[in-house]
Amino acid sequence: MTHLIEARGLTKTFGDFTAVDGIDFAVEPGESFGFLGPNGAGKTSTMRMIGAVSPITSGSLTVLGLDPMKQGPQLRSRLGVVPQEDNLDQELTVFDNLMMYGRYFDLPRAVIRERIDELLDFVQLSEKQGSKVDSLSGGMKRRLTIARGLINEPDLLILDEPTTGLDPQARHVLWDRLYRLKQQGVTLIITTHYMDEAEQLCDRLVVMDKAKIVAEGSPIALIEQHAPREVVEVRFRAGVLEDIADRIESLAPRTEILADRALLYTDDADATVADLSTAGLEPETVLARRSSLEDVFLRLTGRTLVD
Amino acid sequence: MTTPISLRVFESEARFYRRTWRASVVSSFLNPILYLAAMGIGLGSLVDANLPGGLDGVSYLTFLAPGLLVATAMQTGAGEGAWKVMAGIKWNKTYHAKLATPIGIPSLVIGHMLWSGARVLLVSVVFALVMAAFRVAPVVESLLAVGPALLVGLAMAAATTAFTARLEEPTGLPLYFRFVVIPMFLFSGTFFPISQLPSWLQPVALATPMYHGVEMSRAIVVGTTPAVAWSISLLYLTIWIVGGTLLALGPFRKRLTP
Repeated sequence: MTHLIEARGLTKTFGDFTAVDGIDFAVEPGESFGFLGPNGAGKTSTMRMIGAVSPITSGSLTVLGLDPMKQGPQLRSRLGVVPQEDNLDQELTVFDNLMMYGRYFDLPRAVIRERIDELLDFVQLSEKQGSKVDSLSGGMKRRLTIARGLINEPDLLILDEPTTGLDPQARHVLWDRLYRLKQQGVTLIITTHYMDEAEQLCDRLVVMDKAKIVAEGSPIALIEQHAPREVVEVRFRAGVLEDIADRIESLAPRTEILADRALLYTDDADATVADLSTAGLEPETVLARRSSLEDVFLRLTGRTLVD
Repeated sequence: MTTPISLRVFESEARFYRRTWRASVVSSFLNPILYLAAMGIGLGSLVDANLPGGLDGVSYLTFLAPGLLVATAMQTGAGEGAWKVMAGIKWNKTYHAKLATPIGIPSLVIGHMLWSGARVLLVSVVFALVMAAFRVAPVVESLLAVGPALLVGLAMAAATTAFTARLEEPTGLPLYFRFVVIPMFLFSGTFFPISQLPSWLQPVALATPMYHGVEMSRAIVVGTTPAVAWSISLLYLTIWIVGGTLLALGPFRKRLTP
C-alpha cells in the first residue's frame, strides 16, 4: 500500500443529508489530483475529511498512512490547506500572518523567517511583506493563503476552489505558481468547478455529482472516453431553438439542446457546420471547438457545471 | 522540546494583541481614572456627607474601588468571550485557519481561555495601580485584590464563550450585554451593598460570579469579612470557569469541525 490517500466507501452525512455517498478513490505520491463538480457535489466535504477537520461518517480513509479520525493533529502537521474562503488575519501584516501560522506548527522563529522570505518570493508578494492583509487584492490574498499552506513544507497540499472569484489575470498567475509546485513534486489535491482549471492542473481527476463519483481518469482520457472529438456550438434567436430541435438532433450522433444554445458532438466539426447550412439552419453564432471536460460532465449528468 | 498546543494558541493571540493593543490601552488606563474620579470622589462626597460612619466603615471611594476593579475584569472577560469568539468562528474565520494545523478544539478553547485570563490580568493590574494612585489602598493590597477579579474575568470569559459559540448570528451579543452584563455590572454589589436590593433580587445578585469577586476583593482592600465564606466563593467561581470551558467544547466542535 503506497497510496498517499486511499478512500473506500467514504461517506459523510449531516442529519438526513448525504454530502458524500460512498466514494472510492486513491491518490499517488507526486500526483496532482482533482475533484471536478458543481457546487454542492460534495467536494468540500471530502476535502474536510481528508484534512482531518471533519469526522467521517462511514467507510474508510487513510491519508499519508494515517487515520484522520485518530491521528488528526499528527496528520494536520503534514498537510497544507488552502481553503475556499480566505481566513487570513485581516488586521495583521503578511509577515505576521505567516509567522503566526508557522508557530502553530511549532517551527522555530528563525526557520519560519527563512521560509517566509522564500515563500513570499515564490508567490510574488515579497514587496508586500509589511502590508496589512486588508489592503491586498483578492488574487494576492489567495497567493498568500497558498504561501501560508506551504509554511510547514507539507507532504500534501489541499486546495479548495483555488481560483473561484478571481479575475482571469489573477487566475493565470495562480495556475503558474501551482504548476511550479507540481513540477517540484508536491502532491496537490484540487477541487474546482472550472473545467479549464482541471485540464490545466490535474494529472488525474474524479468527476463528482450529487455526492457520488461519476467518472475517473486523466482529463484527456475522460474526454476521449465520454465525448466525441469535436463540438459545434450554435446559438439561435430566443424561442427559435425549441421549434428546430428535431432538425438539429438529426445532424449529429449526439446533441444537447440547452436553454440558449445547442451542442452537436461530432468527429468532424467542419462537415457538421456544412450540414447545418445545407439543412437551411441559420444560427446567430457558430463555434467549432474541441471537446472539453464540461462536455464530459454534461454527458454524464445532463447538466452544465456552472449554472 | 515541543510547545504545548494551547500555548501556541496563546502565543498567536498575544502576537495579534501586540499589533492591535493601541486601541485598548488608553481606555484601560482612562476608564478607571474617570470612574474613580466621577463616582468615587464626585458622587462619593455626597454619599459620605450623608453617611457619617461610611459604608462598611470606609469612604465611598474605598468601598467602590475594589468593586469597580472586579466589574472591569468581568466586562473584559465577557468581551473576550464575545467578540473574539464571534470573530474566530464567523467574522474572520480565524479559528477555521487554526484548526487546519495541529491545533484541535480542546487546545483552541484552553488557549483562548489562557489568553482571556492574560487580558483580564492586564487590565486588572492597571486598575489596581490606578486605585493605589488614588490612595484607596496600598499597592500590595490593591494588587492582591486582582486575584478575585481575575477569577471573575475568567468565569465570565468561559460562560460568554460557551454562549457565543451557540449563537448563529451576532445579533444576540448586544442583547447579552444589555440584559446580562450591564445589569450584573450595576447590581452585583459594586455601587451599593446588595442588601439594598429588593429581597427577591438578592438571590439573583448572589448567584452572579461577580458578586463573589466583589466581596472578596473588598475584603482584601477594606479588611471586612465577605458575606459568603472564602472557600465557597472560590469554589463557586472555579465551577463557573471549568463549567463554562467544558460547555464551550460541544458547540465549538459542532460549528467548526462538523
